[in-house]
Amino acid sequence: MDLLKRAQAPITPEAWQQIDDEAKRVLKLNLAGRQVVDFDGPHGWQFAAVNTGGLILRTGGGLGVPWGVRGVVPLIEVRVPFELAIMELDNASRGAVLDLAAVVSAAEKTAHAEDNAIFNGFKSGGFEGIIPSSPYPPITLPDDFTKYPSVVVEAAETLRRGGINGPYALALGPDSYAGLAQAAEDGYPIRERVEHAFDGPLVLAPQVDGAVLLSTRGGDFQLSVGQDLSIGYAGRDQETVRLYLTESFAFRVLEHTAAVYLKPKRGKK
Amino acid sequence: MASVGFHEPLELLSEDTRNMHRAIVSLMEELEAIDWYQQRADACADSQLKDVLVHNKNEEIEHASMVLEWIRRHSGHFDQMLRLYLFTEAPITGIEKAAEANGSGTAPAPALGIGSMKKGS
Repeated sequence: MDLLKRAQAPITPEAWQQIDDEAKRVLKLNLAGRQVVDFDGPHGWQFAAVNTGGLILRTGGGLGVPWGVRGVVPLIEVRVPFELAIMELDNASRGAVLDLAAVVSAAEKTAHAEDNAIFNGFKSGGFEGIIPSSPYPPITLPDDFTKYPSVVVEAAETLRRGGINGPYALALGPDSYAGLAQAAEDGYPIRERVEHAFDGPLVLAPQVDGAVLLSTRGGDFQLSVGQDLSIGYAGRDQETVRLYLTESFAFRVLEHTAAVYLKPKRGKK
Repeated sequence: MASVGFHEPLELLSEDTRNMHRAIVSLMEELEAIDWYQQRADACADSQLKDVLVHNKNEEIEHASMVLEWIRRHSGHFDQMLRLYLFTEAPITGIEKAAEANGSGTAPAPALGIGSMKKGS
């Protein structure tokens, strides 16, 4: 039996199928970081840390010889619990489409946690984020969406001057993404002008406040995954079954100069 | 002789090995027939004959699956590997990596198969 203990759950294969499918759908809809950073893995539950290749020199301790500690970034393991009614789950075998609002909520929380660590960093876990580690002064996004192409060109030029070649991707927070999708000038969609400005995709990134232009050439940002996103069984009572969405991962910024932050004129409300 | 594919003197081969040989040769023949039928169906301009050829190909797939299941039931390592790789959704080489990381050669815990979402990866 594996760590997820799915075989112990009082859940029929039909219900598992709907739970897994719904989780996958919502995760794919919400995960932005995986669309733009390198993916390393999955390496399984026993993978505990990423080797940075570094050596942190130390002194003292009475060893009598020079010594250092090998550099690693430990993986964190996230677990988002949710509950489902057993009676409702059984309806899957009768052909019902299940009410899986709890799965949707858990999948959104999990995706946002992963993306938050990737874009904004997670100091408690030892992860630098793409945005805080960028060495360039942030470029301010204008309120007027028709002016977005010029700031995106400025961001792309910043990367080029920094020696970072493309392809690039623009990860946009929800406000910028929605506003840009609707904006047009003389009937021509501004979104297309922005895409032409750096010749790459726009990605909806719910955890980004503003936008970030980054290189997707590879070797700059790395998401290392032990156990990839999975649903496990935690327990049950007479009426409900307790499940959880989990994954183990670490995130590393390998090249700080490969991203430029475009901050909103006003911060998050 | 049932098969010309024996490469060692028959008297040196166990009954298990002879049966496994029969099953493997049968599987090879079924897979070869699937390939032939597929190619003939592709090239055939007569729609009715094409339907028959595709039908026959699917019959061979059923036969191949039955023989493969017999092999799985009689070979521990086939059983282990098929359980590891079949009916999974994660990237196939990723499954191997995860199994090696587990150190057991057994299937990794069933994940949702999200993996990388970066285009071209």
